Amino acid sequence: MGSAFPVPQSPAALAAALARTGYLADDGLATAGYLAIRLGRPVFLEGDAGVGKTSFATALAEATGATPIRLQCYEGLSAAQALYDWDFPRQLLHLQAVRAAGLDADPATLEAELYDRRFLLARPLLAALTTSPCVLLVDEIDRADDEFEAYLLEVLADAAVTVPELGRIVAEYPPVTVLTSNRTREVHDALKRRCLYHWLDHPGLDREIAIVRSRLPGISARLAEQVAAATARMRALELLKPPGVAEAIDWAAALDTLGATELTAELAAATLGAVLKYREDTERVRAAAILDPGAEP
Amino acid sequence: MSRADGTAVLVGFARAARAAGVPAEAQRTQAMLAAVDALGPTDPAALYWAGRLTLCAEPDDLPRYDAAFATYFGGTPRPRPARTRTGPPRRPSVGFGGDDAGTGAEPTATLTVRASASATETLRHRDVSTLTDTERAEVRRLIALLAPATAPRPSRRYRPASRGELDPAGTVREMLRTGGEPLRLARRARRVRSRRLVLLIDVSGSMAPYADALLRFAHAAVRRRPTRTEVFTLGTRLTRVTTALRARDPDVALTHAGRAIPDWRGGTRLGETLRAFLDRWGQRGTARQAVVVLASDGWERGDPALLGEQLARLSRLAYRVVWVNPHAGRVGYQPLTGGMVAALPHLDAFVAGHSLAALTELVGVIGNG
Repeated sequence: MGSAFPVPQSPAALAAALARTGYLADDGLATAGYLAIRLGRPVFLEGDAGVGKTSFATALAEATGATPIRLQCYEGLSAAQALYDWDFPRQLLHLQAVRAAGLDADPATLEAELYDRRFLLARPLLAALTTSPCVLLVDEIDRADDEFEAYLLEVLADAAVTVPELGRIVAEYPPVTVLTSNRTREVHDALKRRCLYHWLDHPGLDREIAIVRSRLPGISARLAEQVAAATARMRALELLKPPGVAEAIDWAAALDTLGATELTAELAAATLGAVLKYREDTERVRAAAILDPGAEP
Repeated sequence: MSRADGTAVLVGFARAARAAGVPAEAQRTQAMLAAVDALGPTDPAALYWAGRLTLCAEPDDLPRYDAAFATYFGGTPRPRPARTRTGPPRRPSVGFGGDDAGTGAEPTATLTVRASASATETLRHRDVSTLTDTERAEVRRLIALLAPATAPRPSRRYRPASRGELDPAGTVREMLRTGGEPLRLARRARRVRSRRLVLLIDVSGSMAPYADALLRFAHAAVRRRPTRTEVFTLGTRLTRVTTALRARDPDVALTHAGRAIPDWRGGTRLGETLRAFLDRWGQRGTARQAVVVLASDGWERGDPALLGEQLARLSRLAYRVVWVNPHAGRVGYQPLTGGMVAALPHLDAFVAGHSLAALTELVGVIGNG
């Protein structure tokens, strides 16, 4: 398949390129990204909140030099909001301008002018089809209605859309697509079947330390280790919302901002809000006393 | 090894994975071949990922895939991180229903009894655990006719309407037609959508006489709104049976569901399974602003305090929480079991579900606001 997309040599090469942007992908994710580029198949990412599903797409775009385009899904998302729309006010203005100029235009020509590409507002999907190279992120597909899912299937399968007034717009190079889901509902199998499926897990301790340090280059090594270890211990407690990598990075950033080089019980208590988002969770972590200086990794 | 041999080995692996319960049908198998091809001369790790990325479709598939990979290619299975929530592949062959619907001994399909109005009326109020086979068949037929659905709510989207607020975009579109004269003002109104309906059905031993009727009720709900209804069974573990219940025929649907439920007629750990539901589905959005119906007798073997805590969580997420207790239909019933006492403060409605009449009443409760 021809592509304007810079194809990495191997999954390892892609992982290295991603690492240069500060995103540390494991073997599975790097292979998924590599195959997505090589085979032109979308990647379907599932996993707990904050494990790095969305940031994978951003990092992939950055690593390959492609344009990132994001479509955030929500209930009631319609084709006009996701694909394209006509810029009616500008069309009207054009009409008035022609009239004001007193040009006796031929109605047919005038009409054809109105449905010109310049009055077409490209929403994310159309923008992704007409931009190359590009990484299209369809975020939280499980939030959209299933009708939209079926529609997306069609757009992704053909890499083309039909605008009635203009005709069919075919992507010269299909975008590399990343879909994410939080599993609030089961996404239809027909869509999944066309994708590479990857379940993203919380990283292991070493990888998490590496991620924190790679995202926050200025941070003290000791603080990064302590934050990653404390976060891992929190995940072992049965919390309502176990902290993800995103929370670990937020926490480390908060501590770093306060000028900390080491995690103390007082600092932890003051910044716990960066990691835990439920009152019950905060209480449980306090009760478990895993933030005491004695509880070292 | 020649290329053709390699393909045969891979296709054989896909078949083995499918036998282990991974959804590795033809299209996915082809994708795997393409992926292996793209990865070039393969080491085991690349082969593992090529298969896993293309053959699996959900987290529950991953342990099955790992096991199949280990068996087929030999060697030790790759270690899975601790967050896997499911055990080994499950292929239970549990019979289903109070009277083994699977045996086909029952004249369900051929039953053409036209019950007189008064007979139906009596049947409506009979406890479903005390019915004869013929009566049960008739009740099942009537349950299939119930169509539980939630009341509509205004959505974020608009539709063109003859009255309502002004639609600026629509008006400008109309103006295009008249060369810029606003001859007709377009108006719009909110669309309506139904709320999600979530049914949590206790299938533990003490609920056995009622589980069949309740699952049939759930089937009727899924048939009415396949994409706005979710059904889970509770017992010692949580099982999602929505997909199984989408089959058109109630008996087929229940057989599918029965195969999916590993803890049929087991014990009850309501608090824990409810927490599993909230962690995996509820909090992420399934229960948000939904009508949640929990069908259980409240015989909690676990800690009632945990159940109370989880119900408090559920009631904060859901639009309404309805508890269906079949025993509540008995004369002189008092909600005194530990589970019920802990649950009561967090409920919006408490109804019986022991008879056809009670289930019809439940349809009303679900549809109310």
